[in-house]
Amino acid sequence: MKTDLSPRMKTALYGLMCVLLIPFVFPTWWMITSSVKPISDIFAFPPDLWPRRFDLTTYARVFELQPFARQYWNSAYIAALVTAGTMVISSMAGYAFARIKFPFSNAIFMVVLLGLLIPSEVTIVPLFQIFLGWGMINTHWPLILVPIFGAPSVFATFVMRQFFIALPNELEEAARVDGLGRFKIFWTIALPLAKPALGAVAIFTFLHSWNLYLEPIVFLSSTQMFTLPQALTQFTDAYGGAMWNIQLAAATMTAIPVLLVFIVAQKQFVEGLAHTGLKG
Amino acid sequence: MSASASPNQKRPFWTIARRDAAAGYIFIAPQLIGIIIFVLVPLGLVFWYSLHEWNVLAASFNFVGAANYQMLLADPNLPQVLVASAIFSAGLVILNMSLALLLAVLLDQKLKGMVVFRTLFFSPVVVSLVAWTIVWSFLLQNNGGINGMLAMLGIEGPNWLRTPTTAMISVVVVQVFKNVGLNMILFLAALQGVPKELYEAARVDGTGAFKQFRRITLPLISPTILLTSIITIVGSLQVFAQIAVLTQGGPGMTTTVLVYYLYQQAFQFHFFGYGSTLSILLFVIVALLTFAQWQLRKRIVFYEN
Repeated sequence: MKTDLSPRMKTALYGLMCVLLIPFVFPTWWMITSSVKPISDIFAFPPDLWPRRFDLTTYARVFELQPFARQYWNSAYIAALVTAGTMVISSMAGYAFARIKFPFSNAIFMVVLLGLLIPSEVTIVPLFQIFLGWGMINTHWPLILVPIFGAPSVFATFVMRQFFIALPNELEEAARVDGLGRFKIFWTIALPLAKPALGAVAIFTFLHSWNLYLEPIVFLSSTQMFTLPQALTQFTDAYGGAMWNIQLAAATMTAIPVLLVFIVAQKQFVEGLAHTGLKG
Repeated sequence: MSASASPNQKRPFWTIARRDAAAGYIFIAPQLIGIIIFVLVPLGLVFWYSLHEWNVLAASFNFVGAANYQMLLADPNLPQVLVASAIFSAGLVILNMSLALLLAVLLDQKLKGMVVFRTLFFSPVVVSLVAWTIVWSFLLQNNGGINGMLAMLGIEGPNWLRTPTTAMISVVVVQVFKNVGLNMILFLAALQGVPKELYEAARVDGTGAFKQFRRITLPLISPTILLTSIITIVGSLQVFAQIAVLTQGGPGMTTTVLVYYLYQQAFQFHFFGYGSTLSILLFVIVALLTFAQWQLRKRIVFYEN
């Protein structure tokens, strides 16, 4: 496979990859450029790859039509809480399942893994009833609690467990001989070594929460409480038609910060994901 | 420790084993309690609800036994919903896995600038799902960007999201481009884990590149293929936002997949009982597919650590 390629072969490969890139890159480009076009230019023919005229008022309109800053905050703080909570719970559980011998640990692990087969789409009706009973409809609690404890965190626990199983045990055993307690070993020795796995868990969890759509539209009813994905679909005119340029401006503001973080930290991002223990 | 203790010395209650067990239970407690409250109890409830006729608006809640399941079998929409789900999932898994493998093989070549390509292919994964879907919805409008480009080439494009066949193709393709980067990265990591000596040996034996791929690469990365295909298939059954934004299940019911149908029945028409029955169906399908793939592992997967 890894022979040195002939110059001709290299050109062909670059060409192929550039063509393949179009559907991955063009939508983001089209989103950004269309968001600064006046509405009259948005369906112009032939399509303008670079805006003919700029209309930045679309960005101000986003904040006039919806409490967009508030919705941004909602999505951001929910994703941050879910990510932090999942990291704590899944690293502890993953560590225990990998390292600590206790009765029924395998049986309990199987029960926990069951969670992977039961996504919240399956349990959405009873979850609605449960949170209704707790008076938590139209609050952010369901969007925080369900991912922290449901299928996404089970996946995170699985990733952490695989990581700790593959991690050499000598340091921890030495610390045990020295009489260090389990929690101290976990906190001061194991966890610092688990940074790559924790990074992967953080990325997965954050993106999952950031993209959540079914749960918000089931649990939330007032625009003040909406999260970004839900808010993005609300930019419609009196007839229910999409206000495209405003919608795209809101979409751009939603997408760009995460995209920038990714570009800056892409090495850690990609390598973290590659080390999720899914290699087999 | 206990072996060296003399018989008249009292053994401490907190032996190492007991201390370990206590620590283990404390460490897993949040996860286990959470699973019970937010996953297992709701699963039990969803089954209980599925045995009831329950209209939220009419505030009726009556035990009807298996009536909802009989209704399920007689539901004239169900065949179409299952077909739509099957086409969507099969299309998504096949396209996603093969494109991911192709991209991973390309990125595994010794060329300059691969990190840039990798970053760009991966970038849709980090774009907010609904934002990504809205842009595609905009591009796929009858007078949108894609038909505009096609028109410049003299081709009249279809009304993508309003024509049954192209609507289904559109939702599959939009989802593939969104998430294929994840599988691509996992495959790339697996490819880079294949020992180079194997290729050397094959080349000495005069084995061609394609045969090397089939006989060496594929078997060695088969555990990754299996795991990613399970995750991709289970994920494909959960698709909701893309359908809601792109087609609302239409035209007709051609893109109404099971989760979307479940959502409509439970939260638009307020049939919680029947919605719960559909949830049970979804659970059974997810469980059966996962189980089947896990069984296949023994046949297909060449080796495992």
